Amino acid sequence: MEKTGIVGYGAYVPKLRIKAETIADVWGQDAGRIINGLGITEKAVPNKDEDTTTIAVQIGKNALLRAGINPKDIGAVYVGSESHPYAVKPTSTIVAEALGVGTDYTAADTEFACKAGSAAIQMVMGLAGSKMIKFGLAIGADTAQGAPGDPLEYSAAAGGAGFIVGKDKKQFIATLNDTFSYSTDTPDFWRRPKADYPSHGGRFTGGPAYVRHVAGATNGLMDKTGTTVKDYDYVVFHMPNGKFPLAMAKKLDVPKEKLMPGFVVDKIGNTYSGCSLLGLAATLDCAKPGDKILVTSYGSGAGSDSFSITVNDLIDKKRNLAPTTEDYIKDKQYITYPTYAKYRGKIV
Amino acid sequence: MHKANVPMAWRRFKSKYNLVGTKCTKCNSSFYPPRLICPKCRREGKIEEFEFKGTGKIVSYTIIRSGPDGFEKQTPYPIAIVELDEGARVTGQIVDYEDSDLAIGKKVAPVFRKVYESGKEGIIHYGIKFKPEN
Ligand SMILES: [Zn+2]
Repeated sequence: MEKTGIVGYGAYVPKLRIKAETIADVWGQDAGRIINGLGITEKAVPNKDEDTTTIAVQIGKNALLRAGINPKDIGAVYVGSESHPYAVKPTSTIVAEALGVGTDYTAADTEFACKAGSAAIQMVMGLAGSKMIKFGLAIGADTAQGAPGDPLEYSAAAGGAGFIVGKDKKQFIATLNDTFSYSTDTPDFWRRPKADYPSHGGRFTGGPAYVRHVAGATNGLMDKTGTTVKDYDYVVFHMPNGKFPLAMAKKLDVPKEKLMPGFVVDKIGNTYSGCSLLGLAATLDCAKPGDKILVTSYGSGAGSDSFSITVNDLIDKKRNLAPTTEDYIKDKQYITYPTYAKYRGKIV
Repeated sequence: MHKANVPMAWRRFKSKYNLVGTKCTKCNSSFYPPRLICPKCRREGKIEEFEFKGTGKIVSYTIIRSGPDGFEKQTPYPIAIVELDEGARVTGQIVDYEDSDLAIGKKVAPVFRKVYESGKEGIIHYGIKFKPEN
């Protein structure tokens, strides 16, 4: 199998934000305690005409701007999400049509809670590395929702990122050195068909779920590649809130500074399938050639995908060809709870 | 009812998703929605498919407060006539704007958005809208 690499990447975060204190006021909860407890001050929410498809299209356009390739050379399009707009009818073909991919491509929507996007990256790595395709596009995007009044309402956010993966080394912005996954059958978070909002196992979501899988995949990747935490300049762990990834860093002896460039959760919330991918995009936005990045996603249910990535010289030429993650985070407009509820269909 | 317009909508995906119009290569006029005959050159004209970049400027706008079927829940929303950089004028919604962005001459860029849904069970119609450029 040939080595694959990232030839283009793109991010997107909707412009609208709601503050944690705005939500707390509605439910008579203590905003200070919630912000402290979750480590999230505000979250990104989709406008009334945005959904996972529109977010994925903007991500794809940004990834194409950086890749500078002919969209018709893309042979696979995968969109990972837990908020695909249709129950039956792929998001990925709408995205491919809007990006001008043509007709000669394979596509599917992936689902695995918050790691559907990282699973999609592994799929295109396999296809490109085995020469079945020239380029593959993998996107993680979501417009996540928490039930009104549920703690998830403070964190469930909208946004995402995507990567065009190829096999020609001359085109690599970053080399995908290796990947390792760790999966088990763990019911920490779920949503049954036709249920509007997910259910979760409360405290159960910590130790046996997030910690076990993120550590399992990260340690597995380091064992497989013969690397240690010290070999990586930047680290991204899935960010369900502002606390879990910091606790994970502490557990694995990762200095907090290595997390910071990709630590976007405090300002936009948990973008689910988009989350660790946005962390990677934000990290690429400020990484230097030669830097090594370790990324580990987490999806409830449960599993983690870990990646070892080395940044190449091309990054300096490519990063400014499309808006950065920070550009999107800074471009914001606050909305009230009634507007938020109306846009998200929480009231009729 | 929610299935009535599916084939017609489908035929327009290409021109809706990316502002694909036409251009008369004889006089250089561009058209969106696509025209099959150039009104200036008539039979002399040479029409080709043409994809607009989508950037342009607002030449006129209005705020819709009472929307047509399928748009009721989106109100209020601004509609503008946008003059594209390549010349053609199109009508489209302005999104992600501050009130000060609604001004004649304001530069806009295209964004891919949901236009409307054919009810709860119908298809979702996507297309190009415009957002102000900073
Ligand atoms: Zn003409």
